[in-house]
Amino acid sequence: MSENATKIRNILKEHGRLTKDASALGERDDLYQAGMTSHASVNVMLALEGEFDVEFPDHMLKRSVFESIAAITSAIDELTQGR
Amino acid sequence: MPATEYDALKFHDGMVKAGLIVPVGVPGIFGRNHVFEDVLARFDAAVTRLATDDRADFFVFPPTIERRILEKVGYMDSFPQLAGTVHSFFGKELDARKLSERIHAGGAWGDAMAITDVSLNPAACYPLYPTLPGTVPSGGRVVTMLNWVFRHEPSPEPTRMQAFRVREYVACGPPEMVIRWRDTWLERGKHLLESLGLPAKADVASDPFFGKGGKMLAASQRELKLKFEVLVPVISRENPTACCSFNYHEAKFTDAFGIALPDGETAHTACLGFGLERCVMALFQEHGFDPGTWPGAVREKLWP
Repeated sequence: MSENATKIRNILKEHGRLTKDASALGERDDLYQAGMTSHASVNVMLALEGEFDVEFPDHMLKRSVFESIAAITSAIDELTQGR
Repeated sequence: MPATEYDALKFHDGMVKAGLIVPVGVPGIFGRNHVFEDVLARFDAAVTRLATDDRADFFVFPPTIERRILEKVGYMDSFPQLAGTVHSFFGKELDARKLSERIHAGGAWGDAMAITDVSLNPAACYPLYPTLPGTVPSGGRVVTMLNWVFRHEPSPEPTRMQAFRVREYVACGPPEMVIRWRDTWLERGKHLLESLGLPAKADVASDPFFGKGGKMLAASQRELKLKFEVLVPVISRENPTACCSFNYHEAKFTDAFGIALPDGETAHTACLGFGLERCVMALFQEHGFDPGTWPGAVREKLWP
């Protein structure tokens, strides 16, 4: 598992209010189905910004960007590209 | 013929000049005269006539609600900037003297006050939920209210008020009943405004959630189509004003207040509210400031 994916899982564990164990989730499992509410997804987004020192632009503040570990990973990759 | 140009300040000043509203020195707060209130009452009555088959129970709640409702429904998580918590003085004699001195010296005095158990009501449906615990009938229940609401968003723009009235309907019942009811009303609401000669259109909408996280909540609300509005041009043709708003809450309030169906299944709620002052203003802008000159078809509908 990549370093980023581990960090993302830890953030989901702490802020996602998931009904399942974040470390047992598949990369493409739907996080909303796993219990993440809209408000929890906001906390996840803010925690990701802190952890990865990135800022999500407005066009990325939508459900699909935070719907799975894979989606979040690719968003973080996009935001940290070229570092 | 429109009363004024589609312009916030011209429309505001036009209503003031016509005597319909009376400024009181604070943006978003003003008095309404008898003509304004007559149209408002008649529009409200037209809504009631439209809703006969809902057999809704009617209530009026005061503009203050238990503060705990705001906490319980997450209002402070989403809209802290709009909240109107009520504060009062809990100090002793000497503190009261100091407070008085500070006020008369023109200084700030907010920190001498403390929060009370009540808040101004920000959403017309909120006072209802604590009264519903237990079960709702399997066929659902519909309640209607005429409530004053408060939003802390001072603005010189006349349709953006800090305090206004909402004629609200709330349905609580099985999810499919609630969605069907909401869809029926979306048509009804649009049709009512159109029948009054207003160029109404319905659209998906979102609430003004606070901050950056709020942008995400708003996007989510739109994607899930949880909020619709019926909009009418009042101060702008390009950005029409929401006169009627429809919200599908899923289990948000029934979970928070322990409301279930007789078989123990989760009940859902939806609400719709006519912003009464906005509907009245839309009528004035569309047909002119003197209701005596309004088109016959509109008058017949409001003065049957």
